[in-house]
Amino acid sequence: MLIEGNNERSMVGNGDESDVIAAILAGETQLFHELIRPYERSVYMVALSMLKDSADAEDVAQESFLKAYCGLAKFRAESKFSTWLISIAINEARSRLRKQKTSRTESLDVTSEDGAPVSPAALTDWREIPSEILERQEVRLLLQEAVTELPTIYREVFVLRDMEELSVNESAAVLGISVASVKVRLHRARIMLQKRLAPQLNKIVAPKKRRFPWF
Amino acid sequence: MVLNCKHVWDHISEYLDGTLDPEMLDQVKKHLEHCEICSAVLDSTRNILILTADDRTFSLPVGFSERLHDRLEQALRNPPD
Ligand SMILES: [Zn+2]
Repeated sequence: MLIEGNNERSMVGNGDESDVIAAILAGETQLFHELIRPYERSVYMVALSMLKDSADAEDVAQESFLKAYCGLAKFRAESKFSTWLISIAINEARSRLRKQKTSRTESLDVTSEDGAPVSPAALTDWREIPSEILERQEVRLLLQEAVTELPTIYREVFVLRDMEELSVNESAAVLGISVASVKVRLHRARIMLQKRLAPQLNKIVAPKKRRFPWF
Repeated sequence: MVLNCKHVWDHISEYLDGTLDPEMLDQVKKHLEHCEICSAVLDSTRNILILTADDRTFSLPVGFSERLHDRLEQALRNPPD
């Protein structure tokens, strides 16, 4: 599905990008600031999806951009620069997770894919909720919690596909899993979010029915 | 084959992505015409995905960009390897 709202990131087209990269490698290093600007958010979000902690995610994002700068000569134009950055961020986040492993146990989180089927919340009507509702912090928190509390394998795929708009193939490549797994995990993530959020959001936006509104 | 609601739920994701094969798409559409529940499930899922993907839902930490570019500034004094 196409999710709107992230149009700015394509300000530097692919052709321009390889020119900018060539210029940086030729010594105009300051251009790196501009090169990465459209991707700051994606790299942070990917790190956050894996680490769940905003301070850790910020640190990993910084490290990822530093790695990307140092390894810029290794970037090959066959892949998209954005996808290359995201792969670096995923590797950085994974090595951070490995270091943290001693202090945290996340074994329950690594759910297998052939678990019980997930069903959505069955509603009989849905009134469209406009995006303006995101001005309300309580709503943003509900959504953040729902995404953050997805099991890791689902959260990773969901963030890449539905939030950062990678294709199924790109998501499979950067995560090192099969295309079929991406599809299954994405489906489950979406249903889990619907199941949790649809009733909560319905309650928030529905006008409170009072028998005696004048009291 | 007539689809029941559970079958339709299995295909929600592909339906939203527009990747259902034409035959299945046809059956899902027929089901949606008369099933209030599946229509609401589909609409709510689509709506929720738009809300979660909105940039306002997760915002960058305040000062993120400044700190990032400050840190990069030092590295940029040297050319990349
Ligand atoms: Zn139905």
